[in-house]
Amino acid sequence: MYRSHVLVCGGTGCTSSGSQAIIDTFEAEIEKNGLKDEVAVVRTGCHGLCALGPIVLIYPEGSFYSMVKKEDVAEIVSEHLLKGRVVTRLLYQETVKEEEVIPLVETGFYKKQKRVALRNCGVINPENIDEYIAVDGYQALAKVLTEMTPEQVIDTLLAAGLRGRGGAGFPTGQKWKLARTLVPDADQKYVCCNADEGDPGAFMDRSVLEGDPHVVLEAMAIAGYTIGANQGYIYVRAEYPIAIQRLQIAINQAREYGLLGKDIFGTGFDFDIDLRFGAGAFVCGEETALMTSIEGNRGEPRPRPPFPAVKGLFAKPTVLNNVETYANIPRIILNGAEWFASMGTEKSKGTKVFALGGKINNTGLVEVPMGTTLREVIEDIGGGIPNGKKFKAAQTGGPSGGCIPAEHFDIPIDYDNLLSIGSMMGSGGLIVMDEDNCMVDIAKFFLEFTVDESCGKCTPCRIGTKRMYEMLDKITKGKATLEDLDKLEELCYYIKANSLCGLGQTAPNPVLSTLRYFKDEYVAHVVEKRCPAGVCKDLLSFSIDKEKCIGCGMCARQCPASAISKTDYIAPGKKLPAMAIDSSKCVKCGACMSTCKFSAISKK
Amino acid sequence: MKSLEELKAIRDKMQGQVGLRAESEASTRVVVGMATCGIASGARPVLTALADAVAEKKIPDCSVTQTGCIGLCQYEPIVEVIQPGKEKVTYIKMTPEKALEVVDKHLIGGHVVTEYTIGNQLK
Repeated sequence: MYRSHVLVCGGTGCTSSGSQAIIDTFEAEIEKNGLKDEVAVVRTGCHGLCALGPIVLIYPEGSFYSMVKKEDVAEIVSEHLLKGRVVTRLLYQETVKEEEVIPLVETGFYKKQKRVALRNCGVINPENIDEYIAVDGYQALAKVLTEMTPEQVIDTLLAAGLRGRGGAGFPTGQKWKLARTLVPDADQKYVCCNADEGDPGAFMDRSVLEGDPHVVLEAMAIAGYTIGANQGYIYVRAEYPIAIQRLQIAINQAREYGLLGKDIFGTGFDFDIDLRFGAGAFVCGEETALMTSIEGNRGEPRPRPPFPAVKGLFAKPTVLNNVETYANIPRIILNGAEWFASMGTEKSKGTKVFALGGKINNTGLVEVPMGTTLREVIEDIGGGIPNGKKFKAAQTGGPSGGCIPAEHFDIPIDYDNLLSIGSMMGSGGLIVMDEDNCMVDIAKFFLEFTVDESCGKCTPCRIGTKRMYEMLDKITKGKATLEDLDKLEELCYYIKANSLCGLGQTAPNPVLSTLRYFKDEYVAHVVEKRCPAGVCKDLLSFSIDKEKCIGCGMCARQCPASAISKTDYIAPGKKLPAMAIDSSKCVKCGACMSTCKFSAISKK
Repeated sequence: MKSLEELKAIRDKMQGQVGLRAESEASTRVVVGMATCGIASGARPVLTALADAVAEKKIPDCSVTQTGCIGLCQYEPIVEVIQPGKEKVTYIKMTPEKALEVVDKHLIGGHVVTEYTIGNQLK
């Protein structure tokens, strides 16, 4: 038995900041100190606080070390593990209050979180099925197979009020019911998992797969039993190598234990899962395109109906759910529908995982009950906005979603509230923007993404998004007229109404929501030829205040375009002539402004 | 795995291990002084004996942790048993054998092993 466990985060965030080297050093130091039989080193999934990685947690004390460097490891081993003295200096400083170490769950980042889908991430070793079983893993599958009928499973999910976490929020129980009942004489059915997480800035599905892969396998087996399928496919993007590796290990282990395969638990139920890799096309996150891709064809959507519950993968009835949706299901089966329904709001039950990114202190992954306000997520959990800047808007739902402006800062986040203010839940990316972000530029950024990712099958999306992008580009260059704004809006509605799949239908959302809440910024670009946030380069001009300039010439030396030169004006009290910018040569890089120590340079 | 029993057996076996990582406050804390003085006088085998015994005997809500120097270096190895609502019990000059006795009589039986406590030993 090990008396102490060293948990090192092996999620993608911490892996890129060097956690593998930390693990190796821990193992070497532990060996050197003769603690090999007493202390276990475990590589876990994501803890959520990616901004502070690599993260190391030591139990039973529960000490949370953040931004650990290889050089720190020897000290942690000799002080903490050998002598029992926590190295307070290296702890996550939020856990240290007046010299006392407080539990992690008391810190701002974790206090308001409620981890259901992420409950095992960062706690268990994802490459060891025994650890998953220790935290009640596969108990839900056992319960379903031995004690419940498929109808009872569906009723439980319906009563729990679980809605799809991929973005659209379709009731999961309803989806399973349709797949079970609509084609009663189907010879074959399929269960699919959408792990093609494509929204820029969203990484919750990846973290679940990396930190707790078995939960997805278990839930898919439950789905198989419920709808009457014996084969599952996980469609995961090839850009997620760690997730793929751990999924494959998990599948192999589950097969070895007989938790996948023939006659599971001796009940006569057969179920197996295979992986399919996506090449990273955004459209393959759309359900019909995803299934077309699994079939081996080019990933293009097809019209619905027929819905997948009737004619899905290989034209057979299919259930397709998102990773986070599946991650909730075993807990619902074990804890009951009432437990799940007790969290959240009237129409959105349970919790939701958000990937916090952009202008926020605690970049990372958080899970909160539905109905938590945006303010709580950003200020209390996210730690607010860096450098004392002002909150301007939050972008949810990625390229399909919209912006939530400061006036809706106190809105409880759930599916319906977000829709009512012109955004959407999406898969849960939450990008925070401050006063330095230009909303037109943001809309243009997302449009550039959709133009790239449009599969080209239908005209409104293929041509329409391109035209929208061109109009936005014109606006940011100061060449647009007010008439263009009206045309842009009209085109948005046209694309929304006529596109074949979700990609096109939602592509105009970033434009519509910024037009709705930040029309003044668009107008400033068009009428005043000015970018209020100072982002759009073509509308910027830099100038030197000749009264403040001391003539040191630093700016001229930094200027890559040789656009700055001396004037013959010497300000009162200064010794050298002031500098001036030749705007015809200026490339608006801002290098002069960041060099000037006397705040003499400004941009407009 | 062929049956529910086997699944349950793995769970029970592994729970003691993973349970170590629970965030909940264990009601009983067994603390071993593991500063240089403690280690020199043999606290390490005491600590491992305690940790193993607590896990093997599946004592609920009990954590075995180490701490730094308690300040009574001449009495090391020192083991403290802290339970809510009860006075802290300090055992001194412990050995793995004595530690097992403490697990059986104190942690399981609920009776302080008076003969090893600091008050008794210093008489």
